[in-house]
Amino acid sequence: MTFFELAFWVSALVAIGGGAMVLLTPSIVHMAFWLLGSLAGFAGLYLHLGADFIGFTQILVYIGGILILFLFGVMLTNRSDVPVRGAVSWRFLVPGSIAGVASLGFLVWLVAATPWATHALSPPEPPTPGIGFDLMSRYILPFEAVSVLLLVAMIGATYVARSREERSDEPFDDKGEKGESL
Amino acid sequence: MSVLGLCEGVMPFLASSADAASAIAASATGALGAESAGGGIGLLHYLLVSAVSFGLGLMIVITRRNAIAVLMGIELMINGAGLNFVAFARFSATSSLDGQIVTLFAIVIAAAEAALALAIVLNVFNNLDTVQVDDARRLYG
Repeated sequence: MTFFELAFWVSALVAIGGGAMVLLTPSIVHMAFWLLGSLAGFAGLYLHLGADFIGFTQILVYIGGILILFLFGVMLTNRSDVPVRGAVSWRFLVPGSIAGVASLGFLVWLVAATPWATHALSPPEPPTPGIGFDLMSRYILPFEAVSVLLLVAMIGATYVARSREERSDEPFDDKGEKGESL
Repeated sequence: MSVLGLCEGVMPFLASSADAASAIAASATGALGAESAGGGIGLLHYLLVSAVSFGLGLMIVITRRNAIAVLMGIELMINGAGLNFVAFARFSATSSLDGQIVTLFAIVIAAAEAALALAIVLNVFNNLDTVQVDDARRLYG
């Protein structure tokens, strides 16, 4: 086995094993840390595909940003007097398993049944100059749109996440009174 | 390690996998047999990894009742889809970067979605003192 193949199998094992542990572990904090492993495995797969820009963006945005956000969310939404209930609910275990196995089986069947037109691979070139050029030329409109989307999401998130006391100047509620109802 | 090894790894997840496994093996030797620079790792491997990740994410979304855990499942599903795009971009005949750019946009939108969803979860927790999706039944908290 070459190093190239070994890198793929290690990354794939980390990605899928981390995802499986996210499914299986009962504690929600442990879920977040197994998700870290899974996302790192995906970053390894991106690097393995020659997409180094995507791989490092994955590490920066997902592991450095979104996962920290999740951990903050876990910390802020757990009261110390209530035990953490992140575990699998037994009521939804059977439908969830059926849906997961069915979608997996369908995807595997689709992957196996489709005659993929692949070709002999050339060594990957560094994609970053091409990505920068494409973002500033062919993808300029989606690029601007997604930057506006980020701004809107950030403003909206800070607005929505304000605590109850800070919204006493709420301009509308159901009784026409100021504040208190939200 | 051959493609069959990966199929055996996937095997426990499949209900009736004998025909699917043989189809995968046939397709692997047929379509990707000429693969040389990939060192035995073909498009199929990446597609199967992303399919497994998508299935795991869907199971997490349905079985977990904590809203933040549901969000983690969604992130796994998004990653599975993004891996598909990058793999297709790598194995396409024209060496284009379109797939990588789509995955880049997907990562950005996932970040926006996570920030907004966690703000909503925090708001639900402020109003209802719970983040269990089953307990948050009233629309007007």
